[in-house]
Amino acid sequence: MIDFSKSAGFNLIRRHRAEKRFQWAGRSAIFISLTFLVVMVGSILMDAAGTLRQTQIAVTVDLGPDAVDPDNIAGARFGKILKSALRAQFPDAKKRKEKKKLYNLVSPEGSFEIKRQLIANPDLLGGPQTLWLTASDDLDLFYRGKSDASLPESQRRISDLEVAWIDTLAQSGSLRRVLNWNFLTNGDSREPEIAGILSALVGSLFSLAVCFALSFPIGIGAAIYLEEFAKPSRMSDLIEVNINNLAAVPSIIFGLLGLSIFLGYMGMPRSSPLVGGMVLALMTLPTIIISARAALRSVPPSFKQAALALGASPVQAVFHHVLPAAMPGMLTGAIIGMAQALGETAPLLMIGMVAFVVDVPDSILAPATALPVQIFLWADSPERAFTEKTAAAIIVLLIFLIAMNLIAILLRRKLEQRF
Amino acid sequence: MAYETLNLTKTARPKWLDRVVVALLAAAASVAILVTLGIVLSLIFETLQFFKKIPLTDFLFGLDWSPQTAIREGQIGAKGSFGVIPLINGTLLVSAIAMLVAAPLGLASAIYLSEYAGKGARGWIKPALEVLAGIPTVVYGFFAALTVAPFIRMTGGQFGLEIASESALAAGIVMGIMIVPLVSSLSDDAINAVPQTLRDASLGLGATRSETTRRIVLPAALPGISGALLLATSRAIGETMIVLMAAGMAAKLTLNPLDAVTTITVQIVTLLTGDQAFDSAKTLSTFALGLLLFILTLCLNVVALKIVKKYREHYD
Repeated sequence: MIDFSKSAGFNLIRRHRAEKRFQWAGRSAIFISLTFLVVMVGSILMDAAGTLRQTQIAVTVDLGPDAVDPDNIAGARFGKILKSALRAQFPDAKKRKEKKKLYNLVSPEGSFEIKRQLIANPDLLGGPQTLWLTASDDLDLFYRGKSDASLPESQRRISDLEVAWIDTLAQSGSLRRVLNWNFLTNGDSREPEIAGILSALVGSLFSLAVCFALSFPIGIGAAIYLEEFAKPSRMSDLIEVNINNLAAVPSIIFGLLGLSIFLGYMGMPRSSPLVGGMVLALMTLPTIIISARAALRSVPPSFKQAALALGASPVQAVFHHVLPAAMPGMLTGAIIGMAQALGETAPLLMIGMVAFVVDVPDSILAPATALPVQIFLWADSPERAFTEKTAAAIIVLLIFLIAMNLIAILLRRKLEQRF
Repeated sequence: MAYETLNLTKTARPKWLDRVVVALLAAAASVAILVTLGIVLSLIFETLQFFKKIPLTDFLFGLDWSPQTAIREGQIGAKGSFGVIPLINGTLLVSAIAMLVAAPLGLASAIYLSEYAGKGARGWIKPALEVLAGIPTVVYGFFAALTVAPFIRMTGGQFGLEIASESALAAGIVMGIMIVPLVSSLSDDAINAVPQTLRDASLGLGATRSETTRRIVLPAALPGISGALLLATSRAIGETMIVLMAAGMAAKLTLNPLDAVTTITVQIVTLLTGDQAFDSAKTLSTFALGLLLFILTLCLNVVALKIVKKYREHYD
């Protein structure tokens, strides 16, 4: 006799165990992916925190009439003034090498900062003044405890002598930490302490503006044609297949297209946001068309039929009645497409937007870089201080992306009518 | 009579205006075709230029990739070598690692979301996974190069393994995580398209949920899932920034995931950044690489889209 109850019972336990394992596998897959996300964003945030504030150093400089001519402030030799001020503060630096180290406590931008402060406030002229200047990145890292003082001197970026100077400065209250506005108001620089993202940000905004101006009208026009006017034909099938395939073409291929056609054949200016925006527009076009078509499809046919019945032409019916109803959905898709374009890096590298750009670009034809490209460039720099800058630039980029996606979600919620 | 004074033809908009508008819309739609044409023509044109300098067989079957040696004319060895095999090797190695990460994670997430998760859990897990897809690739590259690669190197060091600071493994793992949402959302669609009646029948016969999923739902959704995996592979092959920042530059024939490798995309970018003569073999080779990449991804996409489409028709 077969004992069903026994074997079935045994099987059931085994089968239920398998069920548990299966569920557990699914949960852990989600857990692993989301943990990765949290760890990645968390570690970048921690790296970025160092950029929030920067160290300044108080230097007493001589601004008497011998050093600075009150009638010609810009003509004064501020580098020399700064150096002699530092030598006066630390007379123990005698040798050439030591003096060089001493001057390196202050950022190379220091002399320009004196000049700017003077031009902004000429009352400072006439005698010794204590000014706050941006400290060098090495001092900044050491002061924040980011470089390990217990290592042997040869393995540190900062020597014992400099450590002693910094300690003296710190004890006399000549060092302070302030909010790092430089990061948001400066262009790129070789010096991490004064490098900022403004030029990259403006370059990105210019590129996005060009991208939007091109891809939004073309994308919506294409969507309207395909949804409302195209008769089923070989041509419309071909366009359809094309759009689906373009959406999956690697972004780097669009870079090659821009390089050979926009730069090589049409001779447009290299490194300019104009070309960058055009390449990005070609890339975002499929996204915009696909979402715009979905938006048009969600408008009930009765809208169009009612307009046609009242005597509107097909074009009038679409532009006066269907299009306004589909607009929120189209805008949402466009914003999501722009967010993708903002994060795109590879095609921009190939059309030369990797230039070292200090000045903020003033037109869409000026050489520029973009925020993700700036991140790539900084990530390549060996200095520890640039790692923090990179992380901070990533956070700025993510904030922009989150804002754009939030706007898209809110727009969809607020304007979406239920038909 | 009143209707005689009513001149409808005058008040209505002229018909030609409508035609112009429709023609403009059609022109906008044909931009999509123009872009594809532009891509194909520019790639083919420049690639032909390249093959005038370097024979096709050297490119396709060459085992050595060192274009950087072509610095100036007349120099010894100035031609460089343009064998694409090491690049294909590197590309496939990194993509395979990425798929080994993305396929199980993405598929398991999709199964859990569609078969087990309640509405509430699904409501927040799905968007949270989508966030992974929204993060720019340069951010993944930064994380791969600065956190994951040193971590792998350190872990390997404890087991006495020498690992390069840039490795295929680091780039592959991070890329895999990036592709998880793509795999999971496409597989999710495929699983959801399986009719509920199939599940009900299986559950009604006494199968557990996991048995139903493994033996009924997954086989039924298999075409859709394989389409999803193909699309994800195409995405991995075309990905640039992560490999550029984390996989290194060394073109070599290796299957060791702990080695530094280089990929087609990385070589395209590195050869084109910086100024150089537009007609040098070095620059032109990037278009040949681009064409290769385009054909590879296009084939994967076309097959994937076909499978997905065919499968949809099957159940509708």
